[in-house]
Amino acid sequence: MIKQIVFAVILIASIAFFSFTIRRLYHFFKLTRPAFPVRNFGRRFQIMFNVAFGQTKIFRHPFIGSAHAIVFWGFCIILFGSVEMIIDGLFGTERSLKFLGAFYNIFIAAGDVFALLVGISILIFLFRRIFIPIRRFEGIEMKQKSHLDANVALSLILLLMISLLGMNGAYYDHAVRLGQPLFGVYPVSRHLNAIYQGYSIESVHFIYEFFWWLHILLIFIFANILPYSKHFHVFMSVPNVFLSRLDPLGKLTNMDSITREVKLMLDPAVASTVAPADTPPERFGIKDAEDLSWKNYMDSLSCTECGRCTSVCPANITGKRLSPRKIIMDARARMKEKGPRMVKEGTSYDDKKSLLRDYISEEELWACTTCNACAKECPVNINHPSIIVDMRRYLVMEEASAPGELKSVFNNIENNGAPWQFSSEDRMNWAKDIEIRIH
Amino acid sequence: MEHKKIEIPILADLASRGEHPEYLFWVGCAGAFDDRYKKVTRSFAMILSYLKVNYAVLGKEESCTGDPARRAGNEMLYQMQAMQNIERLNSYGVKKILTICPHCFNILKNEYPDLGGHYEVINYLQFLDQCLYEGKLKLDIGGLGNAVITYHDPCYLGRANDIYFEPRSILKKLTHRFVEMERNHSFALCCGAGGAQMFKEAEKGDKEIFIERTEEAIRTDATIIATACPFCMTMITDGLKYKNREEEIKNYDIAELIVQSLNL
Repeated sequence: MIKQIVFAVILIASIAFFSFTIRRLYHFFKLTRPAFPVRNFGRRFQIMFNVAFGQTKIFRHPFIGSAHAIVFWGFCIILFGSVEMIIDGLFGTERSLKFLGAFYNIFIAAGDVFALLVGISILIFLFRRIFIPIRRFEGIEMKQKSHLDANVALSLILLLMISLLGMNGAYYDHAVRLGQPLFGVYPVSRHLNAIYQGYSIESVHFIYEFFWWLHILLIFIFANILPYSKHFHVFMSVPNVFLSRLDPLGKLTNMDSITREVKLMLDPAVASTVAPADTPPERFGIKDAEDLSWKNYMDSLSCTECGRCTSVCPANITGKRLSPRKIIMDARARMKEKGPRMVKEGTSYDDKKSLLRDYISEEELWACTTCNACAKECPVNINHPSIIVDMRRYLVMEEASAPGELKSVFNNIENNGAPWQFSSEDRMNWAKDIEIRIH
Repeated sequence: MEHKKIEIPILADLASRGEHPEYLFWVGCAGAFDDRYKKVTRSFAMILSYLKVNYAVLGKEESCTGDPARRAGNEMLYQMQAMQNIERLNSYGVKKILTICPHCFNILKNEYPDLGGHYEVINYLQFLDQCLYEGKLKLDIGGLGNAVITYHDPCYLGRANDIYFEPRSILKKLTHRFVEMERNHSFALCCGAGGAQMFKEAEKGDKEIFIERTEEAIRTDATIIATACPFCMTMITDGLKYKNREEEIKNYDIAELIVQSLNL
């Protein structure tokens, strides 16, 4: 009974703190702008099954991708056992889902095997991070905290797996020795009885209780520190993939506010038919956190700083300052900095700083070729170029700021309908004197 | 061998005679003005004649799609260009558009619909591959001698629009010796010219993107680097010059290779 009460108190505290975190993020989301209407659920589920559950994009790096896929699938399966542990903890039961029979055995057995595989994958990750210099883990945006975050999260997962196997092994050993009925199948942890045999029945029971509590407490701790680190990815990545932008990568989002203005300009007669915007004119493009769309912000929360985007960015590869990962991390960091004040004082709050320039320089923005290598690579379907182009839109349309050569391009397009200074009269020069062999 | 001069049909002329060609060939600014790339436009026009395709061009009525302006953040200028182009295209009742430039292709296909321009936009590689598939176009695999060909994926055909198959399908009918670069298909490295970079100096770095890509192409030991985009062509051709390899390695557009192979 005491165990149940203690468990309930911890569970409620965890849920309360988690709700606080989510509420904070919800308020940040309310500051953001609309992106696209969420339709096409069929296609969204398909993308979610491929990219999230199928891990298709992570497999673009086959070796390390497999290790990540194992961790992801392992989490999905082990979640089943965690749900059971919560039920057991609350109601004082043991193996409460055992009534599921064969299904139960399969899930528990798979969880047991995956615990080992996940543990091995985590060791590979830790080894790589600590001993092998991986280029994509470095960069101007990668601070000490990013590396610490990663190693803490990996160590926690490792402990989660050790405690799960330890608990399962003790359960198995305890039941077998007492001749009690055994629920679930334990292909990996049953071998731990080679160790447990040396202990008394009471000790094994104690070890079981110890690992049970360690495992469930680690889950609660893990869940509550994730949202404060880059590993919020664990929660956000699947929804982010589900809410992917469905357009082809090459398509930029149309600015309807501009369409209204251009229609007025091209045909003043339309003026009477076009309803004036009922809200004050919003800023063109992105200058600061409040100009981000909910999708931009969600992208930033889903990013776990793996650096696949930056490692394929042609500008970054050739030594330019642009790093797509930095753009996403900056968006997240700026919202973290300015968001709480804007929640209190409204989006007009001004701290004399902005995402543009204080975080992201013009040099970075103008270095992008919009080649979409970053977006293609991102395992959670983050769209980096959309933020970059939206920031260029702010620069050009609000500040008339652009590299000189581009200003000439604008002039040329406006005056002679081509980016170069050629007259439209010369458009058919290519077509002179073409001869073709008669067949 | 007998040659015949071909006239490029202008849409306004045909329309005035009440004729409606099946396709509009959208030439693009590079296609009309870039000295090197004009040869590609001519090559594709030759193929269209050879295939007796019923098409026309806008000629002097064509104007920039607005792509460089849009990618550089000038949405206002882009939409003005787009709306004027759409008005013209719609007034001619254009239904199908053929493009050679991937940037024009992407914007006409994906972005004009938002502003009321709905057309069936076909990239020339899709069109040519379809002609090969249907047997309207036949290529002799020995037509280019013993050429070793590699292909540089333009971002706006590849990643932007998932066109990877058609260029390779065509090139493999032109040579037995088709080789891939290390980074190919969706992994392909940009030439460095997209997103309006074509028109400006690159930001400070330790290397030019086009050099990085050209070096990768050279490593395949190909004798021909095939491209399918005017900006890629400028970049790769410059890269070959920079590396002093323009004598042994040639950069051609796929349309030019077809013309060479057919000996048009």
